[in-house]
Amino acid sequence: MSTQQTHREDLVASPSRFPLREAVLFTILLAAIVGVYTAMGAAYSTRMLVEASCYAILALGLTIQWGYAGQFNAGVMGFVALGGYCAMAFSMPVNGEFWASPLSGELGMVALMALGGVLVVVGASKLHRLGVPRPLRTGLAVALALLFYLLVSARLGVVTEQIEAQYDYIGGLGLPPWLGWIVGGAVAGLVGYFIGKVCLGLRSDYLAIATLGIAEIIKAVLKNADWLTRGTATVSPLPWPVPGPAEVGFTLARVFYFSITAVMIVAIFLLLSRAYHAPWGRMIRAIRDNEVSAAAMGKDINHRRLEIFVLGCILMGIGGAALGSFNSLFDPQGYLPLNHTFLVLVMVILGGPGNNLGTIFGAFAVYIIWVMSEPLALAVLDLAIAFGEGSFGWETSATLDSRALQARVFVIGLLISLVLRFAPKGLLPEKVKHHG
Amino acid sequence: MNELVFFINNVIVAGSVTGSIYAIGAVGVTLVFSIMRFAHFAHADMMTFGAFMVLLLTLAFPGAGAFLGLPTAVVMLPLAMVLTAGLAVGIDKVFYKPLRAHGVKPIVMVIASLGVTLMLQGLIRVFAGTSGENLYVDDRKEIFRLALPFESVRAPIVVTEPQIILFVLTIICIVGLHLFLSRSRLGKAMRAMSDNPDLARASGINNNLIVAVTWVIVGGLAAIAGTLLSLDVTFKPDLSFFLLLPIFAAAIVGGVGHPYGAIAGGFLVGFAETLAVFNWGVLLRPFRDSLPEWLANAGNLAFVGSEYKIVVPFFILVAILVWRPTGIFKGKVI
Amino acid sequence: MPLLEARDVYGGYGGMNILNGVNMTLEADEIGVIVGPNGAGKSTMLKAIFGLLIVTQGEILLRGEPIHNLAPHRLVHQGMGFVPQEHNVFPSLTVKENLQMGAFLKPGNVKRMLKQIYDFFPPLYDKRHQPAGELSGGQRQMVAMGRALMAEPSVLLLDEPTAGLSPLFMNEIFAQVKQVNAAGVGILMVEQNAKQALAIADKGFVLAAGQNRFTDTGAALLADPEVARSFLGG
Repeated sequence: MSTQQTHREDLVASPSRFPLREAVLFTILLAAIVGVYTAMGAAYSTRMLVEASCYAILALGLTIQWGYAGQFNAGVMGFVALGGYCAMAFSMPVNGEFWASPLSGELGMVALMALGGVLVVVGASKLHRLGVPRPLRTGLAVALALLFYLLVSARLGVVTEQIEAQYDYIGGLGLPPWLGWIVGGAVAGLVGYFIGKVCLGLRSDYLAIATLGIAEIIKAVLKNADWLTRGTATVSPLPWPVPGPAEVGFTLARVFYFSITAVMIVAIFLLLSRAYHAPWGRMIRAIRDNEVSAAAMGKDINHRRLEIFVLGCILMGIGGAALGSFNSLFDPQGYLPLNHTFLVLVMVILGGPGNNLGTIFGAFAVYIIWVMSEPLALAVLDLAIAFGEGSFGWETSATLDSRALQARVFVIGLLISLVLRFAPKGLLPEKVKHHG
Repeated sequence: MNELVFFINNVIVAGSVTGSIYAIGAVGVTLVFSIMRFAHFAHADMMTFGAFMVLLLTLAFPGAGAFLGLPTAVVMLPLAMVLTAGLAVGIDKVFYKPLRAHGVKPIVMVIASLGVTLMLQGLIRVFAGTSGENLYVDDRKEIFRLALPFESVRAPIVVTEPQIILFVLTIICIVGLHLFLSRSRLGKAMRAMSDNPDLARASGINNNLIVAVTWVIVGGLAAIAGTLLSLDVTFKPDLSFFLLLPIFAAAIVGGVGHPYGAIAGGFLVGFAETLAVFNWGVLLRPFRDSLPEWLANAGNLAFVGSEYKIVVPFFILVAILVWRPTGIFKGKVI
Repeated sequence: MPLLEARDVYGGYGGMNILNGVNMTLEADEIGVIVGPNGAGKSTMLKAIFGLLIVTQGEILLRGEPIHNLAPHRLVHQGMGFVPQEHNVFPSLTVKENLQMGAFLKPGNVKRMLKQIYDFFPPLYDKRHQPAGELSGGQRQMVAMGRALMAEPSVLLLDEPTAGLSPLFMNEIFAQVKQVNAAGVGILMVEQNAKQALAIADKGFVLAAGQNRFTDTGAALLADPEVARSFLGG
């Protein structure tokens, strides 16, 4: 109780005084970055900064969902992967052979079949207007949906198998990467819209379950639809929106890239700050803090919630696309809940949910620790192996890398638990203004 | 007729197996939900922990089962249940109770349980690796082939020993749980607290006691579910998020906070999964000659490939949330 | 020594005091009734006694022992029963199971007390295997009181037991309250139907703004013209 009390006073007092806390934390962060630069060299450190800035965009997406609106998205990974896929699909060169072949036409036919099926099913679902009894209509619509689904998916299976065998995959669209980033955000927002539509009127737990599920499904599709993504064979190199390392060298290319992501962060930050202080932001917070009274004041709660959820997903899609392009490699298996969901979650709850500056701080700080902790994880792993071999006599050397990852899984989990317990408002808490 | 046997093996048997596992898992989730009102994301890793304990104990005493004529893993199950129950109570004490005392929102408890699940995952996988391990260390997996007494049927119905153990254990679990909830003083108190926690407190029911009892049961059930899953195939430490979705779907379909509903939901999701990945083309084979060509040559007529199995529980989840969020048996918590 | 005594009690929710110095004394075997306008702190006082909110100042004594801020299950153990106004049964549990929960801390009592409760409230016997959520309002109130009585309390706190009941059931409930009291259980209840309640009360406490306004016997309060004018609707 007492710690909470002090937090409160802190919050109320902070707007009027010098932002000491922010200054101190960002100075430490700057010192850490300088330290990394001197120790690891400019190319390596700049790469780290670019990745951290992409994560900051993801974290901003999560902070408006969780911090502004109290919605917990447990499937950031899925939206990141969607963004990454769009970045890949738009920027990779066109696969001319495939498009010139009859298979492209067949793929189009499958698409048309699917469209026709959808139309027929939608039509069947409206039959009650023609006097067909409702139970019959529902049964008919479901049966037709199943039938068309089976036919289309069987046909699609045949066509895609041939594509994979003859042309590898359908290739990209050969467009500038930034177009893929925008579309990535839009696609992620669209998926977020459907999930939000289903879940946002219900208990917040359901949203967490559904997002966790959709993330695994998106990953499964990207991993297994080889004709679309080359699956486990991965796609590389993805073009950059700025001159690449081959033209201007590693460090400079990464600095260019960083300048883009930094501008994006600043733009998003400014827009979000405006929105936060605008009536729209006040309304969102009113809904988060007291649903009942917000509803009593005649606010359309579910609609507002949907807006903010979709907005968060769009940011995640854009961030994921930027990250994907930068990695220059599209590997669906590289999308892991740990790296792309829970790491982002830690950034947000540690930095300060609902506080954009805190979230950006959290993103950079956590990412630096994350990258620098690799040697530490290896040391922990050695200990564990020594223990494991000593006590149970396991052979452990074969799976060394995957186990190094698992040690970090534990640390992230512990971090989440500790932050929730001891710093539930994060290092830079949201500045709650008390209106009368 | 061979096709029918194929159907029985691949749908009836396999569906009951998956359904049992999901059912027991979903009961655990639903119990936590009904007493503590949050979605417990660490349940799948508690299951894995239970199975891992069985694996360790089986490795330590590989010959123990031979005395009782059962696989060692089954003999070790009660001990693993105790260990998992202890773990569950401990996790609650250290991670959930302080947050509860602060009166945080349920969704914060969900995040806390994700933190716990990551810790468990990390620990288990650091020690166990991520590859599968067979729980049958020193025992042999018996396979029963029931030939049908028809001339034309050559394929037997295949049931393995672990599957029989699984069915028996599932029935024991369900009956035991039913007796506990409807007859025992603590079981009734659990239902009372799920109905109305304030009134339970006003009746002198110590909420902390009920919470502890719940965790003991949830831990025990998690150990059973995890072990059954590992017995059927192998111990896989990396299933966590793939198990959570069907289990939560089962709990929600059955009506959250409703143990019997969770059992029904578990079987529903289990059968839906096996039916969806089943190749329906097999059943058309006997009629191949009389079918139109496009249907006879349609190839694999499964609804989803097995690599997309996870879509099935998700689809069920979305359907139930849209159609009837309280679940088919009207759960208490929306 | 009085059965229940409140001395200058202050308390409320979230740092806001609703009770501003309430005093009460209830002897064993007495019926005490708390009346007063909405927002006077009547139910709050009952909850304060039962440890459901924090008492910031003053003390509450049960047979001379201080009990304020004890956890409810401890109070049940010490012989206090509480029937909330709403949500006072376990809807999915049967009537019998509801009653059994009342004796959770005294499992040895269950058989004997069940018989006694069914004697008190005969309709409950016929419905004993029915979920309490399916009962009518009056029967539910009986289940609620029966549940609290199962622990053999020496004092029973009732929060508006007749709220929302038809006049017929209301009289039945008041009769049963008297009957319970005659069996040796002290009663402290909050009531909206002030006249009927004061008619059966040994002691009446008229609260306003979290303080005692009038404290006397039930009969005296009913006779007091000022009480009648301000609180009993003329």
